[in-house]
Amino acid sequence: MTVKPTARVREASQQTDPQRSPAPARSPSGTVVSLRDAAVRVSGRTLWSGVELDVGAGEFVAVLGPNGVGKSTLVKVLLGVLPTAAGEVRVLGEQPGQAGQRVGYLPQRRSFDASLRMRGTDIVRLGWDGDRWGVPLPGRFGARRKAAARRIAEVIELVGAASYAHRPIGQCSGGEQQRLLIAQALVRRPELLLLDEPLDSLDLPNQAAVAALVGRICREEGVTVIMVAHDVNPILSRLDRVVYLAEGGAVSGAPEEVITSETLSRLYGTPIEVLRTSDGRLVVVGQPEAPAIHSDRHAAPGAGEGKP
Amino acid sequence: MTILAASGWTAALGHPFFQHALLAGTAIAAAAGLTGYFLVLRAQVFTGDALSHVAFTGALAALALGYDLRIGLFAATILIALLLGTLGKRGRADDVAIGSVFSWILGVGVFFLTLYTTKRSAGNGGAGVNVLFGSIFGMSAAQALTAALVAAGICVAVLTIARPLLFASVDEAVAAARGVPVRLLGFAFLTLVGACAAEATQAVGALLLLGLLAAPAGAAQRLTDRPFRALALSAGLAVAAMWVGLGLSYAVPSMPPSFGIIAAATTAYAATFLPGIRRRTATTVAGLTA
Repeated sequence: MTVKPTARVREASQQTDPQRSPAPARSPSGTVVSLRDAAVRVSGRTLWSGVELDVGAGEFVAVLGPNGVGKSTLVKVLLGVLPTAAGEVRVLGEQPGQAGQRVGYLPQRRSFDASLRMRGTDIVRLGWDGDRWGVPLPGRFGARRKAAARRIAEVIELVGAASYAHRPIGQCSGGEQQRLLIAQALVRRPELLLLDEPLDSLDLPNQAAVAALVGRICREEGVTVIMVAHDVNPILSRLDRVVYLAEGGAVSGAPEEVITSETLSRLYGTPIEVLRTSDGRLVVVGQPEAPAIHSDRHAAPGAGEGKP
Repeated sequence: MTILAASGWTAALGHPFFQHALLAGTAIAAAAGLTGYFLVLRAQVFTGDALSHVAFTGALAALALGYDLRIGLFAATILIALLLGTLGKRGRADDVAIGSVFSWILGVGVFFLTLYTTKRSAGNGGAGVNVLFGSIFGMSAAQALTAALVAAGICVAVLTIARPLLFASVDEAVAAARGVPVRLLGFAFLTLVGACAAEATQAVGALLLLGLLAAPAGAAQRLTDRPFRALALSAGLAVAAMWVGLGLSYAVPSMPPSFGIIAAATTAYAATFLPGIRRRTATTVAGLTA
């Protein structure tokens, strides 16, 4: 018996389509990212397939889902670092990886070694011209140097890192490093910012502060933000849209439409309950980790009827 | 004192052997300082150590088989550097790969040493010692010129890839996403380290070349937290160590030049641990480059 895990979830995502089609109010000018029936395979295993997604300009989108479902992989696909196994992906109207400096990227991490003797400004500067050959020549090209210095100071000011940007980055706290890295991703004025779990390993006050910063960048600088997140709560109030990834596909839409017991239970094919606490935080109960979905799939009654 | 030192230098510069040593030594030290900065930054000093063993084996293999020692040096170090890159991930040699390869290589070197001393060494009995400890005062004009040109080539190459290599070393994922050829740069850098090890073997010998690669770079990284300043400082300290070492060795004939050079480099590194020196030097450096 061949099980087609994709079909069931694709069906689920189609059911949510009508809710999704009226695009959020803040995406008037074109699509920044689009995936059409996209699938990705990593070392022989299909992580997800049949993913349909459109992200409009200026939107703040969170990518959610259990561990190992391929959230970071989605970011790598958008960067053009990983190829898709099927379907079509466009980023800023181009093939992934072709948009260059128009895409800013903050990988999952990653803290710098405490002994690294480089200042925060040097790290930000790598985002400005680190991909150029040669060494910066002292004294020459004065105007270009000044423009670079001005932009770097400006973006460091924007993320509120001015007071520690001159310190060796290894000596900065996790939250401080994260702000400097966001500055690095922003320094070339990208139209799209891809953030991979930027709140991970930060304490709660820093999570809130960095979430607020990203929200502000999205609103005030008009940058489209796609953020992979483990916990939606710190960014919930700022989100235009969430994307839930599952083995077979994805569901996307406004947070209140997607993060519901019905939608998530349908997506993962297992009972999931979404509870709302008195202060508006969401708690997802019963969300399976990726391997659990895998075994559930075979056990689930009627799983085989998903043949197209 | 200054006059004495000055007259000493004038006397030294009158000798062709010293001129050759100064020419080759300066260029080799600059190349080692530039390459060493990235070796330290990328935590690949162990790779440099492994390549020094390879340099020994390559040189003796060439001698045993009757070729120019330098052909063996460059062929072995560059080839093994690239091999180490393929064994490791993403163009970086990992410790286990190096550890497995380099003692075996040293064993092969001992084999060639025996082969050479029993078969061919009639006219050049000290060759093994020269490979191990360097023979910078024994360079001919042609050898010195070749060494200086190759070292200058290494310097130009390191400076050309310096900025993307810095990006790839510090922030590999972001650099790759921005289109920096991370893996290719890793291999290019290992090739340069290999060539630099071959060069430094001629100056300070296979056993001591690690000091010339690591000590000035380590000192520079302790003295400044600005990457390109540290890169320049590393090259400057290596060249200074070379000059001090050559001068000392000329003034004290019983002192071998490689000892003088490495002693000067190590002293510079050790001095950065003295309280007060770090801040003062950082200010001076800032004043010089501002």
